[in-house]
Amino acid sequence: MSERNDDRLVLGRRDFLKTTGVVVVAFSIAAKVRGQARVAGAPAVQRRPVSGPPDPNEVDSYIAIHADNTATIYSGYVELGQGGPTALRQIAAEELDLDFEQVKTVTVDTHVSTDGSTLAGWGGAIGGTKTRAAAAEARRVLLELASQRLDAAVSELTVANGVVSVGRDTRRSVTYADLVGDGSFNRKFEQVSYNGGIELPRKNPDNAIPKRRDDYRLVGTRVPRPDISEKVRGTYRYVQHVRLPGMLHGRVVLPRGQGAHAISHPTIVAIDESSIKDIPGVRIVRRKNLVGVVAEREWDAVRAARQLKVSWAPFAAALPGHEGLFDSFRSAKTNDLIDTDTGDVDAALGRAAHVISSTYRGPYQSHGTMAPNCAVADVTTDAALIMCSSQAIFLTRIGVAPLLGFPVEKVRVQYYAGSNTFGASCYTEVANAAAVMSQEVGRPVRLQLSREDELGWDNYGPALLSDLRAGVDANGKIVALEYRAWVHEGGFFIADTVSQLVLGSPPAAGFGGAGVAGPGGGGLLSVHLSQMDMYEVPNRRIVNHRVAGAGYLKTGPLRAPMDPSTFFALEGVMDDLAHAAKLDPYEFRKRNISHTRWLGVLKAATDAAKWTPRIAASKVSSDKVVTGRGIGLGTHHLPQNQGSRVTYAAAVVDIEVNKDTGVVVAKHVYGAMDCGLAINPAVVESQIVGMSVHGTSLALREEVQFNETNVTSIDWSSYQTLRFGDHPAVTPIVVQHLHEPSSGAGEEVLPAVVAAIGNAFFDATGVRLRQYPLTPSRVLAALGSTANVPGRPA
Amino acid sequence: MADEFKLEVNAEARTVAAAANTPLLYVLMNDLGLLGPRFGCGLGQCGACSVLVDGVEMRSCITPTSAVVGKSVTTLEGLPAYYATRMKISPAPELHPLQEAMIAEQAAQCGYCYNGQIIKGAELLFRTPKPSEAEIRSAMNGHICRCGTYPRIMAAIQRAAQAIAANGTAASSETEQAVNV
Repeated sequence: MSERNDDRLVLGRRDFLKTTGVVVVAFSIAAKVRGQARVAGAPAVQRRPVSGPPDPNEVDSYIAIHADNTATIYSGYVELGQGGPTALRQIAAEELDLDFEQVKTVTVDTHVSTDGSTLAGWGGAIGGTKTRAAAAEARRVLLELASQRLDAAVSELTVANGVVSVGRDTRRSVTYADLVGDGSFNRKFEQVSYNGGIELPRKNPDNAIPKRRDDYRLVGTRVPRPDISEKVRGTYRYVQHVRLPGMLHGRVVLPRGQGAHAISHPTIVAIDESSIKDIPGVRIVRRKNLVGVVAEREWDAVRAARQLKVSWAPFAAALPGHEGLFDSFRSAKTNDLIDTDTGDVDAALGRAAHVISSTYRGPYQSHGTMAPNCAVADVTTDAALIMCSSQAIFLTRIGVAPLLGFPVEKVRVQYYAGSNTFGASCYTEVANAAAVMSQEVGRPVRLQLSREDELGWDNYGPALLSDLRAGVDANGKIVALEYRAWVHEGGFFIADTVSQLVLGSPPAAGFGGAGVAGPGGGGLLSVHLSQMDMYEVPNRRIVNHRVAGAGYLKTGPLRAPMDPSTFFALEGVMDDLAHAAKLDPYEFRKRNISHTRWLGVLKAATDAAKWTPRIAASKVSSDKVVTGRGIGLGTHHLPQNQGSRVTYAAAVVDIEVNKDTGVVVAKHVYGAMDCGLAINPAVVESQIVGMSVHGTSLALREEVQFNETNVTSIDWSSYQTLRFGDHPAVTPIVVQHLHEPSSGAGEEVLPAVVAAIGNAFFDATGVRLRQYPLTPSRVLAALGSTANVPGRPA
Repeated sequence: MADEFKLEVNAEARTVAAAANTPLLYVLMNDLGLLGPRFGCGLGQCGACSVLVDGVEMRSCITPTSAVVGKSVTTLEGLPAYYATRMKISPAPELHPLQEAMIAEQAAQCGYCYNGQIIKGAELLFRTPKPSEAEIRSAMNGHICRCGTYPRIMAAIQRAAQAIAANGTAASSETEQAVNV
C-alpha cells in the first residue's frame, strides 16, 4: 500500500516517540484551544500525534488536503491482505473527484487515525460508509470555498482531479490545494453511526449528499491493489520487518500447547537459568508467569527459548480430548437460550411427509496465520509505543495499558500488517507480551511468536454440535425446522493468555477482555435465525445450549464465526429433505426461497457451473474413484435478522472421492457473492477465490487436535491445511448491485463452500458424512457404515 | 561464539559474523536487512523463508549459514538479475516474468508466502520452462498459502511460462484478463 510510513522505520527511538513531523494532520486543535475563529482553510497545526480517536464528527478527523493537491485519509481500517484500503481510497477519490493516485492512506495509529475495527469484513461497509460521508462533506466545504473564490454558484462548478472550474472554463479554476492545502476544513458534520452493524438514521437533515451512484467513475471499477506490486517485489514491510534502534529480539516460553481454559493456567515452578548459560548475551525476562528471553541477535533468542528449562505445574487432565469433545458437550450442564420459537414445530413435524433428524459436528479450527504474530514495543518510563497487527488498535490499547500501569492515553498502538489473520489469532497476546518485556528490560523489544506458540495458543474458532429436525410436505415445501446448537457460552470469548500470565486474570476490558460482549443475546459465537431465514419455514425453533468455556479451549472469532459449521449442518439437512422429496437440490431451494438476492446468487453459481437438474446421489458409481457435485448457501450471521448488511453467497463444488484411500479432492468451486455495491469487483473476486480454497481446507483438512491435558496440533504437520497440490480451480462470480449498501465481502462464501462439499460427498457416494473435516479415516469409516443413509442420525 | 562467514548473496560478496550454525534466514533478515526471505515456521514446513542456493530452492530457516559458504545465494530481491544472468538477457529486466505475472493476476492477498511462492515458481521455470498443471502442483506442494491464492499462483506460473517462451518478457496485461481462475 502506498503509505507514508517508511520514514518511521529509521527514526531514532526517542525521536520516534516525540516526533511532530512524521505525519502531518490538518487538525485544528491549537486553534480551537486558543478560541480562534473556525475558518476553513486556516493554517494547519502541525501537531504532535495526539491520543485518539479524534472527534468522529469533524471532517478533519478523516481527510486532509495537501499543498500538492493530494489527499490523505485517516481511516482506522487496516490492510488484512484483503484490499480494503484500496476500496476506501476509491470511495474517497470518487466523492472528492480526485484521481485514485491522489488519495493516500497512512499507518493506522491510535494517535492519528479515526476509530474503527476491521472486523467482520466490514472495512468496505462501515469504513466505506464513514469515509464516503466525510469525503462528501469535505467536497461540500471545498465547493463553498471555490464558489467564493471564483465568484460563481456552487451549481456552476465542476471538479476534475482536484481542480474546480466554472463550467468548463479552465481560465476560471482553482485547485483544492489553493483552497485548503495543508489547512483545516473546520467543518462539523454528523457521521454515520451503527448499532451492531446496522446503520442508524442520521438526525441532522443538512448533511452533504454523496455523489449519485449512477455517476460513479471509480467506485465499482477494478483498480489494481497497489500493495500487491510491493509484495511481489519484496519491498513491502510487514510488522516482522520493523526494527528500532537499540531493539532486542525476544521470544516467549510457553508450555507446548494450551491446556483447559480457565483451569490449566500456566504456572512456573522453577526456571533453570543454567540451562542457557552457553548462549552469551541472553537475558531471561520474567513477570509473574510470563517468561521469555531477549538477546541482541535473534538466533540467540530462538535457541535460548528452545533450550531454557522451565518447570511448569502440570496441566490438569481436564480436557475432553478432540475425540470425546462432542459427547462432553452433550452431557454438559447448559445455559439455554431460545433464539427463535415460532409456530408449532412438533405438530408440523407430525404432519410432514418426510422428516429428517440428524446430528452434525464441526471441529475447533485454527486461524493458522501464515506468519506467527509479531510485535515491536518500546516502553519508556511514561509512554509506550506498540507496533502490531491488531485488527482493532483502540481495543488493543485498552488491554495493554493495565499491564503497564499506564493510563490509556500514554499507550500508542500502530498497525503493521502481518500475514493473514482471519480474526483473533495471537496478535493481542504478542502485543501485550512485547509491551511487558520492553518495560522489564527498558529497551525496545521485537517479539516474534514461534509456529508452536501460534498454533498451540490460538483463540480457536469454536466447535459446534448440532441436532436438527426438519420436515417437508408432499410438494417439497419445508414445514418445520428445529436447530439445537451446543455452543460455548460467552459473547466474544477470548481469554488473553498474557494478561492471565501477568495479572492472574483476564483483563476487565479491551481486546481479549471479559468485558467485551458480542452483540445479540447469544453473542457472536452462537447460532442465529439470520443464518437460516432465507428458507421460508412457518414453524421454526432455534435453541443454543450454551456450555461453559472452562475445561475447553480458548476461542475467538475465526473468519465467518460459527458459519461454516452451522451451514454444513443446515445445508446438509436441506439436501436430505430434497432427496427425501425426490427433488433436485437447486429446485428444492427455489421452492423454499423467494428472496430475490438469495435466488440471484444461487442462479449465478449454478449457471457458472452449468448445473444439470437431478436428484442427488442418483448416479452413484461403483468405481474406485467417484465424482459428485453439491450446492451450498452461506452468509455471515448478524445479531439482527436480515438487516441492511446481509451478504448472500452460494457455491457449487465438484469433488472426487477415492473409495480405497478415503481421500476427497475438491476439483472446482463456483462461488457467487452478492455484497451489495462491490466497491472493487476485482478485490471481491480475489476474496471469493481465497474463501473457496480456505473453505475447502476447513472442510477437508483442518482440525485442532488435543488430548486430556493440552493441544497437540502445533505445527503444519500435526495441524493439516490444504496444500497447493490439492487446491480446486475456482470460478468467482460477483453479483453487483450499484444501488444497494455495501456489505462484507470476506466471509460469506466460506460457509457455502464447506456446505457444498458435504453435499457433494453425498452426491458422489450416497452416504451422508455429518462430521467434518472429511478426513480419509472418517470417509473410510462412513463408507463402511450403513448408519449414514439420509434420515438416520450419523 | 561468532564465526565469520564469507557469503555471496545476490551476486555480491558479503561478510557476516554469526554464531556457528545460525540459520541463514536470520543472517539474511537481520545482518543483511533483506525483506524477501521471512520467518513462517522455523521448521522447513511452509516455504516463507525460501531462497535459491546455486539455483536450487532451499529453506533458509533450517539451512546453517556455514552450508552456503562458497555457494551463490539468491533472494527475491536478487531474482530479476539472477534470471537475466541465467537467461543471458541484457539489460536485466526490472522483474522476473513470474513477478510480472503475479501482478497481472493480482494474485497476492496478504502476500507473506509470496517470497517462497515466487522463488519456488522461478526454480520450476528454470528447470521446466513449460510445466504442465500436474508438474506445477507437484513442484509447489511444499509452499503453503493460508489466504488460499493457489489458483492465482497457478495462473501466474502458466502466464510466466508463456511470457518466457515469448522471449523472456511477461506481456503487460490488464487485470480484466485475470478474473477467471
